[in-house]
Amino acid sequence: MTLATVAFSVNGRQVSLEVDPRERLSETLRHRLGLTGTKVGCNAGDCGACTVLVEGEQLCACLLPCGQLPGKAVTTVEGLSELPRMAALQQEFLEHGAAQCGICTPGMLMAAAALLKKNPQPDKVQVQDALGGVLCRCTGYQKIVEAVCSLGQPQQAVVPPAGAAVGARMVKTDGAAKINGAELYGADTAPEDALWLRVIRSPHARATFSLGDLPKLVADTPGLAAVLSAADVPGNAFGVYPTLKDQPVLADGVVRYRGEAVLALVGERAAIWALAEEALPITWQVEDALDDCWVADAVDGRQVHAQHPDNVLARGHVDKGDAEAALATAEVVAEGSFATPFIEHAYIEPEAGYALRRGDRLEIWATTQAPYMDRDETALVLGLDKEQVRIIPSACGGGFGGKLDLSIQPLVGLAAWRLDRPVRGEYSRPESMMSSTKRHPSRITARLGCRRDGKLTALRFHGIFDTGAYASWGPTVSDRVPVHCSGPYVIPHVLADTEARFTNAPPSGAFRGFGVPQAALANEGLMDDLAEQIGMDPLEFRYLNAIRAGQATATGQVLQASVGLDKCIEALRPDWQALRQAAEEFNAESGRLRRGVGIGCVWYGCGNTSMSNPSTLSLGIDRQGKITLYNGAVDIGQGSNTVMAQIAADGLGLPADLIHVVMGDTALTADAGKTSASRQTFISGKAAELAGRDLRQKILRLANAGKAATLELSGSRILVSDDVDVRTIELAHLPLGENGDVVRGSGTFDPPSTALDEHGQGDPYATYGFAAQIAEVEVDVELGTVKVLRLIAAHDVGRAVNPTLVEGQIHGGIAQGLGLALMEEYLPGRTENLHDYLIPTIGDMPEIKSILIEDPEPLGPYGAKGVGEHSLIATAPAIFGGVYQATAVRLRETPATPDRVRAALRAAGF
Amino acid sequence: MGSYLRPQRLEEAVGALADGGYTVLAGGTDFYPARVGRAIDDQVLDITALDELRGIAELGDRYRIGALTTWSDVIAAPLPPMFDGLKLAAREVGGVQIQNAGTLCGNLCNASPAADGVPPLLTLAAEVELSSQAGSRCLPLADFILGNRRTARRPDELVTALYLPKPAGAACSDFVKLGARKYLVISIVMVASLLEHDDAGRITTARLAVGSCAATAHRLSALEEALLGKPLDSGLPSVVTAAHLSPLSPIDDVRGSAEYRMEAAAQLVRRSLERLARQSQTGAAV
Repeated sequence: MTLATVAFSVNGRQVSLEVDPRERLSETLRHRLGLTGTKVGCNAGDCGACTVLVEGEQLCACLLPCGQLPGKAVTTVEGLSELPRMAALQQEFLEHGAAQCGICTPGMLMAAAALLKKNPQPDKVQVQDALGGVLCRCTGYQKIVEAVCSLGQPQQAVVPPAGAAVGARMVKTDGAAKINGAELYGADTAPEDALWLRVIRSPHARATFSLGDLPKLVADTPGLAAVLSAADVPGNAFGVYPTLKDQPVLADGVVRYRGEAVLALVGERAAIWALAEEALPITWQVEDALDDCWVADAVDGRQVHAQHPDNVLARGHVDKGDAEAALATAEVVAEGSFATPFIEHAYIEPEAGYALRRGDRLEIWATTQAPYMDRDETALVLGLDKEQVRIIPSACGGGFGGKLDLSIQPLVGLAAWRLDRPVRGEYSRPESMMSSTKRHPSRITARLGCRRDGKLTALRFHGIFDTGAYASWGPTVSDRVPVHCSGPYVIPHVLADTEARFTNAPPSGAFRGFGVPQAALANEGLMDDLAEQIGMDPLEFRYLNAIRAGQATATGQVLQASVGLDKCIEALRPDWQALRQAAEEFNAESGRLRRGVGIGCVWYGCGNTSMSNPSTLSLGIDRQGKITLYNGAVDIGQGSNTVMAQIAADGLGLPADLIHVVMGDTALTADAGKTSASRQTFISGKAAELAGRDLRQKILRLANAGKAATLELSGSRILVSDDVDVRTIELAHLPLGENGDVVRGSGTFDPPSTALDEHGQGDPYATYGFAAQIAEVEVDVELGTVKVLRLIAAHDVGRAVNPTLVEGQIHGGIAQGLGLALMEEYLPGRTENLHDYLIPTIGDMPEIKSILIEDPEPLGPYGAKGVGEHSLIATAPAIFGGVYQATAVRLRETPATPDRVRAALRAAGF
Repeated sequence: MGSYLRPQRLEEAVGALADGGYTVLAGGTDFYPARVGRAIDDQVLDITALDELRGIAELGDRYRIGALTTWSDVIAAPLPPMFDGLKLAAREVGGVQIQNAGTLCGNLCNASPAADGVPPLLTLAAEVELSSQAGSRCLPLADFILGNRRTARRPDELVTALYLPKPAGAACSDFVKLGARKYLVISIVMVASLLEHDDAGRITTARLAVGSCAATAHRLSALEEALLGKPLDSGLPSVVTAAHLSPLSPIDDVRGSAEYRMEAAAQLVRRSLERLARQSQTGAAV
């Protein structure tokens, strides 16, 4: 290929490059001009993350050949603030919390910029039309639309004073970098001399293979430095459970799912990508794959793992009272079977990172939700000591559970270690989708009984979960579901069994809710059935049975405090009644369109199930007066960096905006566990509070001041004031400690829980979050389309540390719940991209109203508990309940795509 | 390794095509998505510098849409009601980024069964102009698209324009797309319709086309005949019968079952006629 000279302007600066004119502009911006603010989420025009302005119009940089650029003016997010009003737009994004993980934010901003130039005061629909080409997986879009529509009506950014950070709508501590393109994600940085890594993956779901002459391939291919295979991996088995390390970094002669890594090509970027897959020396013997697991005896010699002859990875069990007997004599019983498919996390940032060897130590920069687990697992597979591996988390462009497992870390780590060269890699979108974990497909059957007066009596629940080819978080799902499958209700008799079964499919792992969204569809669906059978309003039926403080769960745990479900339901009651009534009136008039309102209730235990999961944070101050929070909790967009800073600040007694956050670097922070299971605010947040209080205590001791003293930071001095006098601590005179700090406090919190006995009885979680949501939907009965018009969400969050961020979690969870309900289904080999795999766009989201209930959790920081998964779990049941009021059709399977809904309507006589 | 050519003049472009081996690139919205995760090694003929292929022009009794005309160009152009359906389709092609880059002719050349441009352009009786060193020829759109991802374009030919005849009398048109989400969605079914009528409001020409229900979009000629002479009013939807949809042969896929597609196609055809009738009565745009 002859290179061509291409001259154009970027952000007002003339550039002239020698470049392959077919190169994508996104590539040119990122790798030649260092403008990594333009993100690549799909390289196919499906996600819009790479949106830039060319001559003022929005275009996907991934679809634009450089050869078309001569004479054109390109604007990227890095140059956005130079355009009229655009700095103000960025500020609106910041203040509205429109950026969560921030990976879509540059694309959203650029699309908005093109709109605002033509239309200075757009309305909501115009904003949706203009931003409709950019996907966001975190925010549910509402705050983005509000930010764009608010331009010109400036808000006042909240800078909370000392002692008032908790509860304030403080802007994100890491927010500025997310709106100006400076934030660095996994693919955004690497050492200059880094080689590239390309993974060769199995095209088959089940096969054996043999490898030919790899050294010859290296010798024959200029620019190819190494080809790594299973033989190069010292300890080629990883897995999140200590006793279930079953997944190879590179497959060793056997592949168990399509997309499994087989080889890693390492070398110059162009050289490794120029190799055709067909030219690689791999000989396949394709076998008959085990596609599903719904019939237990269909395994027929096709075990996925020899050590699991029955193909069952794990079972879960909860048994309280005598459910079978109680159901046999129950006055009213509802029963049903429910099904859900694989669901893809669809974070907009594909897996990416680099590794760098420094002597006998290895540094890995990558996108992750769990740096300490990455460290331990990477060390294991590379045969290193844990202390030899340092994980530095990049900014995380969305995780939702999908970045809890190792992905690219051991691959770049292995390559860098063996070659003693920095090695970087980034997954393509199809590669990310085919190789990463998924939500477990499920088949659930359940029977739920109650008395005529409405009191629930018994539940029998049986759930089968397709755990895919490897263990990953399968046991977590089979453990968590029996505990939660009663829903947030008092049921005296519960018998619940779950099985996680292997198949030749992508590993099912962690995805926001760990099986509970699947279980909630069953439980809440049957709640609606029972309510109808006894002629009780669905909301009142739930209110009657809602668990309250002092009552026992299905595991026999008597909840002590912060059980705010009844308050959530009460908060929804007025809207519920008005909207149900309005729907009835609408349906009396309307023909093809019918409306309905449904409700879903949820509870979710914060943290690991019956397992220790401590967090330790520390807070230090250096000689210059810089306060640093050493925060091992990875912010995956939800805002934990900000929440931790707010909590620590109030513990310390100084303003939160003084706190700098170091996040997740295993060399600088202590283990704060993984970002999952609604645990960071509750657990790491408590550790942050304790760290703040500990630092305060130490400062007071230095000043010999009493507890009630107030602190003030003045340059390198701390002024400590009490009733008596003002004392000054000269930080510059104090002896140096760790990382240059002169005073440091730390805090550790491990929420109390107990093991479950053989009947699944015990206290699996220290606290639970509760929520109730109602959805107003409109069904086109002729086409089977379902439009969610409105969603009202009432959540007991204990204490809203940052209401803007809490709302962000609610909105984003609702978007994912809506996707689960109506459109999302991952099919290996068929929906491995973002145009065949559908997630909600900006036009699919209803208007969301959030109601925050604060029933404080005594164990949590300032009463707070987690809010990560609840809104997702309650959404699909509420939507399906709405479809029922609209049409009297019960949906039992997701996604409720138009053809499925229409089939159900047709069967019901529509 | 391939190469890249971006000629300024059409004769250079067709000259290159005559040499063979080139992949034509305009908006890139199909080219790049087909090359995710692999090296780009095509010989590329980038036609975006051929200024003579730009723009929408009125030429006597027909319109010419140059091959570089984008969806956004169609949306922005002041055009009569016969183009309303095409404009509605243009708004449903990807997001604004795609509408700004993608061309109508590229959409036809890609020849996806779900191409948003095909049904409305079938109802506009579009002819496709193909140019080569041997000269140019025009094919009716229905003869240009041969099947799933197959067209009548010879490797030495470039699609240079579309020609759309002007209607004899008043015309109105519509487009409806059914997908599982708003924006960025590949259709389950789509329907385009165009009706011409006389001063008395009687239909003189009817063209309806359905996409995503066969390997290529199809006109519903029996329905078109049945509509002739009918008044443009709310009685139109009841003209539609199951037999009118017999040209369709949808398949089951991830977006919907064949049975559902047939049913939805019938619904959308009725709705499109209903919208046109309502529009003609109220004078409001659909």
